[in-house]
Amino acid sequence: MTVIDNMETSDESIAAGNGLLGQRMLRKEDPALLTGEAVFTNDMKVPGALHLAVLRSPYAHAKISSVNVSGALEMEGVMHAFSGADLADQWAAPMPCAWPVTEDMKNPPHYPLAVDKAAYVGDGVACVLATSEAVARDALEAIDVEYEPLPAVIDLEDSLADAVVIHNELGTNSSYTWPLVIEENEGDCQSAIDNSAYVVKERYVQQRLIPMAMEPRAVVAMPQPFGGDITLFTATQVPHVLKVMSALTLGIPEQQLRVVCPAVGGGFGSKLDVYAEELLCLHLARSLGKPIRWNEERGENAQATIHGRAQIQDIELAADENGKITGLRVRLLADMGAYLQLITPGIPLLGAFLYGGVYEIPKAFDFSCTGVFTTMTPTDAYRGAGRPEATYAIEHAMDALAREMDIDPLELRRRNFIPRDAFPYEAYTGLVYDSGDHDKAAKVAEDLVDYAGVRARQATQNTPDATKRLGIGISTYFEMCGLAPSRVLASLNYAAGGWESATVRVLPTSKIQVVTGTAPHGQGHETAWSMIAADKFGVDPADVDVLHSDTAIAPLGMDTYGSRSLPVGGVAISMACDQVIDKARKIAAHQMEANEDDLEFAGGVFTVTGSPDKEMPLAAVAFEAFTAHDLPDGLEPNLEMQVTYDPPNFSWPFGTHMCVVEIDTETGETEVLQYVAVDDCGNKVNPLIVDGQVHGGVIQGLAQALYEEAAYDSDGNLQSSSLAEYLVPAASDVPSITLGESITPSPTNPLGVKGVGEAGTIGAAPCVMNAVVDALSGLGVRDIQMPASPVRVWNAIQEARNNTQENQQ
Amino acid sequence: MDVTITVNGQQHTHDVEPRTLLVHYIREHAGLTGTNIGCDTSSCGACSIHLNGEAAKSCTVLAAQADGMEITTIEGMAATDGTLHPMQQAFMENHGLQCGYCTPGMVMAATSLLDENPSPTEDEVRIGLEGNLCRCTGYHNIVKSVLAAADA
Repeated sequence: MTVIDNMETSDESIAAGNGLLGQRMLRKEDPALLTGEAVFTNDMKVPGALHLAVLRSPYAHAKISSVNVSGALEMEGVMHAFSGADLADQWAAPMPCAWPVTEDMKNPPHYPLAVDKAAYVGDGVACVLATSEAVARDALEAIDVEYEPLPAVIDLEDSLADAVVIHNELGTNSSYTWPLVIEENEGDCQSAIDNSAYVVKERYVQQRLIPMAMEPRAVVAMPQPFGGDITLFTATQVPHVLKVMSALTLGIPEQQLRVVCPAVGGGFGSKLDVYAEELLCLHLARSLGKPIRWNEERGENAQATIHGRAQIQDIELAADENGKITGLRVRLLADMGAYLQLITPGIPLLGAFLYGGVYEIPKAFDFSCTGVFTTMTPTDAYRGAGRPEATYAIEHAMDALAREMDIDPLELRRRNFIPRDAFPYEAYTGLVYDSGDHDKAAKVAEDLVDYAGVRARQATQNTPDATKRLGIGISTYFEMCGLAPSRVLASLNYAAGGWESATVRVLPTSKIQVVTGTAPHGQGHETAWSMIAADKFGVDPADVDVLHSDTAIAPLGMDTYGSRSLPVGGVAISMACDQVIDKARKIAAHQMEANEDDLEFAGGVFTVTGSPDKEMPLAAVAFEAFTAHDLPDGLEPNLEMQVTYDPPNFSWPFGTHMCVVEIDTETGETEVLQYVAVDDCGNKVNPLIVDGQVHGGVIQGLAQALYEEAAYDSDGNLQSSSLAEYLVPAASDVPSITLGESITPSPTNPLGVKGVGEAGTIGAAPCVMNAVVDALSGLGVRDIQMPASPVRVWNAIQEARNNTQENQQ
Repeated sequence: MDVTITVNGQQHTHDVEPRTLLVHYIREHAGLTGTNIGCDTSSCGACSIHLNGEAAKSCTVLAAQADGMEITTIEGMAATDGTLHPMQQAFMENHGLQCGYCTPGMVMAATSLLDENPSPTEDEVRIGLEGNLCRCTGYHNIVKSVLAAADA
């Protein structure tokens, strides 16, 4: 079933172009990636490079009494070895945290190698440079470190009690408390909770997750010792942010630093950071005058690349007798891990505005988050970053409310949906949702999953003795993405802007270059940005080349994260194309001796209204612009325009997911029989790519619900530090996904687009968990903590049965 | 020690350390970096190649064990005139890849799967690929690609 309506805006924008937008064009990126031609950082051949290896703390929390690297230096092939203390005075500043969420936020100094104390298993304490990677790793064993172990802190509530303070200089493990205060309504929330017909009070645990991009991180720092410049090749999502931050941390003049991302093998937020190994390679390459490279092993990736989620959520949801929401209170404890990485403290804030879901929420809203330190790997952005957590809380609580009221969870949602005609809608938080049609998204999903039919099957199948129980899960969501209007970021104390840059130039031969500040790592920007420009100019997308991910070629950019690349970067490209066309129009009008208002531009050709014999193709205009022999007075040569676009609003994709699960009550195993996702991201540039983003996102969310957990023992050891233990699902663990369509263009930007990279993940975890609980609630199971592993499910069933028996006795 | 391995039809002899894994041999001695390394526990399958015509994870084999054998890597799949192998073509046409890091291993595993079972069901494809992890696609379009290649 395909539903496309509300296309007025997109019809207009497509009419202005040449019909390319919305086509399922195959990706330009694929041939190189499919044949082994693509070069990832680890594939680079760098003659004379020294290999860096990092010795990591085996203790979660320990004083470093001494580090002796002499044993390593005696080994053949080892050129240098350093302790944290050896390098302590080399840094101009600690590693950056760009999001001080409150004035009094506590941020412990964090250096690329720990000096006095290791604060998590995997914290770097020393390093070796050797002529090969194998020798460098072997040499780590010859470094002698004396530790004085201290108690690990892995429980958030224990941490808050400050019995063991991790960073002595802070005097507390609490980093900050950030409230979302709606001042005129203070007190309304308590009043709603006290006076409403229904209140559900729930505690949810967002387990720690490991992003596990398939490409581990890798770095090559290449100096030009006599010229002073240095180039950093690195597997990152944020070459531009990294360049600024590295220059500040290392005291390198920024103009001498160039950051390049070769092919990047997935990120999901984990490569949105400034990492110790990047800084070590840069510093050592500069100080030693040699290329330095580092490859991350998977085990290191699990320990020393950021983790995600890791929150305890207390939510109180109040509703009147009809199920209409009357108040909402949220208290979060967010696990920062051992240190604050680039945007660690801000992650829960990105979710703060979404706890109301897609519902009409009165201003009786009360949110507060406390960030606490633990002796575990630092957390930071992982696909969705705060927003999957928020959506999980409201959507799981809505199901709890529906059970409390004994009404259908879909019906409860419908009673609370913000209606289609209310958009643009100013929410209880003061933010304005751009567009939405929740009734439609829900209806498409309902029909695709055959909701009534499955409910009927469930009623027959879920007898008290059934060993296979059916469950139906629903989740609806709004996502706040397209990060972001710079002024809104300022109000949240974020230290950067949310704009994006694009330069579009038409070359003398009429081929087109698009220079973007986005930094793709799987999203197909070369294809999609080609389509945007080709659509504008009326040329073949093959004639458009997209340049990116190299700060020497694309010096301005804010990179790729937060589902921002299309609604910010793509829009910037579209605007730059328009400006180039405006300039070309002036040249064409001059050449054809016509009024520029009489010119039309379609299919790559300027024509003059009313003079069918006059036309000038873009190629001719481009060559005139290049030779500059006969341009209008005052017009500069060449066709090139640069645009920096700061979006006036976030983009607000939304959708409904539904799934059907079957749980084997004898083994506790959950099988997802059917998964339906309706993700409305406005107009689509390339539906092939949009579908792929949703598929992948859904499976990552499903994996949080059923499989993945970064589990720590009480001593702070990560027990799932390999892909043998951390259960990234395989093809055989997951279902195919049915996608339903709903297109509600964004009125905020001329393309009518919204972001889509995180949407699937945001919708999926609550959808699957609602299905799991739905399957088992008839047995008396109230809730199950994620991941709903077979053992957890089986235990929950046994506990519920025991309780039922006790009650009956 | 010397090992002689035929890589993509060309015979090479290299002096390698006995502990050298075949994947390191392929990347560092044969100089073919299309075969990727994604883990250190033989879990992810990014390094899958064909060893004497069958898919193998090249991190589970020592270069010395492959002495005298023939291997095919992703670089050996497309025709010399640039025509993609039908499996590569199917991945392209069905958007079976995003970041592309797992892709070489996935293509090698998938071609081997079809060699053994030319007309698999969706479930057979999913089970057949369970040794190869992908973090981007959710497998949906990978499965679709393999089924399309089987029909081609």
